[in-house]
Amino acid sequence: MTISLLLLLIFILAAAAYVIGRARALSLARQNSDRRALHSLPRYYGYMTAIWTTVPALALLALWSIFESGILTSLVTKQLPEEIRLLPANQLALVVNDIKNLAVGNISTSASDPVRITAADNYNTLVAKAHWARAILSIAAAIAGLFFGLRSITLHKRARVFVERSIMVFLIACSCIAILTTVGIVFSVLFESLRFFGKVPFTEFVFGLHWSPQTAIRADQVGSSGSFGAIPIFAGTLLISAIAMLVAVPFGLMSAIYLAEYASPRVRAWVKPLLEILAGIPTVVYGFFAALTMAPWIRNIGESIGLTVASESALAAGLVMGIMIIPFVSSLSDDVISAVPQAMRDGSLGLGATKSETIKKVVIPAALPGIVGGILLAVSRAIGETMIVVMAAGLAANLTINPLEAVTTVTVQIVTLLTGDQAFDSAKTLAAFALGLMLFVTTLILNIIALRTVRKYREQYE
Amino acid sequence: MNNTVTDTDQIASINIDQDKPHEQTVEEIVASLGDTVGETRVDNPKMSCTGVDVFYADKQAIFGVDLDIGENEVISMIGPSGCGKSTLLRCLNRMNDTIPICKVTGKLTLDGDDIYDKKTDPVLLRARVGMVFQKPNPFPKSIYENVAYGPRLHGLSRNKADLDDIVVTSLKKASIFDEVKDRLDQPGTGLSGGQQQRLCIARTIACSPEVILMDEPCSALDPIATAKIEELIDELRENYSIAIVTHSMQQAARVSQRTAYFHLGKLVEVGKTDDIFTNPRHELTENYITGRFG
Repeated sequence: MTISLLLLLIFILAAAAYVIGRARALSLARQNSDRRALHSLPRYYGYMTAIWTTVPALALLALWSIFESGILTSLVTKQLPEEIRLLPANQLALVVNDIKNLAVGNISTSASDPVRITAADNYNTLVAKAHWARAILSIAAAIAGLFFGLRSITLHKRARVFVERSIMVFLIACSCIAILTTVGIVFSVLFESLRFFGKVPFTEFVFGLHWSPQTAIRADQVGSSGSFGAIPIFAGTLLISAIAMLVAVPFGLMSAIYLAEYASPRVRAWVKPLLEILAGIPTVVYGFFAALTMAPWIRNIGESIGLTVASESALAAGLVMGIMIIPFVSSLSDDVISAVPQAMRDGSLGLGATKSETIKKVVIPAALPGIVGGILLAVSRAIGETMIVVMAAGLAANLTINPLEAVTTVTVQIVTLLTGDQAFDSAKTLAAFALGLMLFVTTLILNIIALRTVRKYREQYE
Repeated sequence: MNNTVTDTDQIASINIDQDKPHEQTVEEIVASLGDTVGETRVDNPKMSCTGVDVFYADKQAIFGVDLDIGENEVISMIGPSGCGKSTLLRCLNRMNDTIPICKVTGKLTLDGDDIYDKKTDPVLLRARVGMVFQKPNPFPKSIYENVAYGPRLHGLSRNKADLDDIVVTSLKKASIFDEVKDRLDQPGTGLSGGQQQRLCIARTIACSPEVILMDEPCSALDPIATAKIEELIDELRENYSIAIVTHSMQQAARVSQRTAYFHLGKLVEVGKTDDIFTNPRHELTENYITGRFG
């Protein structure tokens, strides 16, 4: 029985449980000839029974799915001949993999091996049995839950409280999933980074001024000893992000002020969606624009006034990235500026302030926390942006603050490191995780600093 | 213009033309109210309105109001909700300019100068005619900065000591100085409602206005805070002309020298406060102040 059919059955049972539970509560009430003798409304008894029907069955199903594959594998391995079982762990894993492939019908090179074919048949039977057992057990759990739920229905059972609490637990579980995922990501990056720092000293990575991650694949390969100084690429990231923010913050903020304070409703209804279209353009398209239009244009202008401009420059990437980020800043700032109460504006205008004085001295300070929040989001976006930089700023890790030279960023390096042909446990590949960790820590620190600053300077209205 | 009044109770109480109450428009009711009863003019007017009409889009909110606000006088404007008293108040310092659909016709003058003249700068006008709002709205800045806001805008102080002086004087005039003198650097939003409202009055006084408009300044306050503000209004009368919109007839009777009663955008009756409350001349005024409707 497939899992979707099983789920469907459980939900049908749950629906039945609702109807039966509600009917039972109603009949209890009828025996007492007073509907208000029940603690809760009848439907809450229905919900309670349904919860008792679904939750244990689903929990059982989840646990089963988690452990099924491990148990089946160990069962199959046990029946393999002695010489295969005594193979080293990674080779044994290959054999098991072969068996599983055979079982689902993926013919591989070792398909002719009779041992594996038997094992595959064996595995298939086991899987079939396991699925039947799973189906029977979870349906049994659902029915048991249903009866337990029905038995617990009495006049004084606080079903509404039970349902409300179940909803709360469900919500907590949902928020836990987000938090656990974050923790999981941090740890996976952290462990791979620790492996990297086993190969390359931490200080060299953090303070090194030279980035050249090519390591030798074979022992006799010439050159490419690899050097992992992350300073140049972090400098590149900061340079490009700074250029992007120099474009995005003033333009975004000014357009937000115009839209929120000056624009008539009609203009606003047109301009705001148009501006937000900017956010909907895929970054690859921005990449074309940066590489094919912006970069040559900057190069021509630069050279006409006697500057040396690389064909891939930080300036081109930063400018286009800034344009991409404008809607983030403007849209979020627009919302917080519009949220400042009209009473603040009236107060200021009533004292003889002009419109721009009011905006400058009252509206913007009151909206500051939200504006900074929007800018922070934009900074994270700029630091994390990859495609535009790959296409427009190049791969060369120059340590420079000259925006006319080619630079590279952390995200671009992570992409190139992981798409190479290196073994996965080489220093080159692992460096990607270390960079990811550094990037995470950097943005975290930026956020903390910014939030503290805002908390100190904000002017809070009620 | 089909602004049919659907509130039949109100029409019944107006007691005019009861044959077809549902077809009566606001215009017809207003026309049937007749001319304003009482003395619209005073000997020494600070501000004066002549034939003022106000429209929101095509809906008329004020109908031909003639009214003077005298020097050093407190005039209270009373009337049921939606009678246009706040609208008229907001015309007096052109706060209605911020509402795009609002149109004002007729003549409004301050010291004889037309305030809706093209040459008049609304920003300067608002410095001369200050406003205190219904809900206390201190800026989310320190108490000091709240009061210093206006003087800074208008360049009223030459140096820091000057500005300090203006702030302290204004806070004293608004009788809140003693309560806040130790915490001028604390946010104004941290004060109690009544203190916030007095801070807003101090903020208005700091711009050294000539007229102060108050739009139900006590409606969000408790009786003790209200009493303090009323006392303050009485003191302020020495130096300023004050127009106050209020829903409390006791308040109007306590603080004002003249009272104007509005109904559906029409000034029905105006006169000395004592006369209005002891001997109203118009039937509607009498109904309102005796609590028969409103």
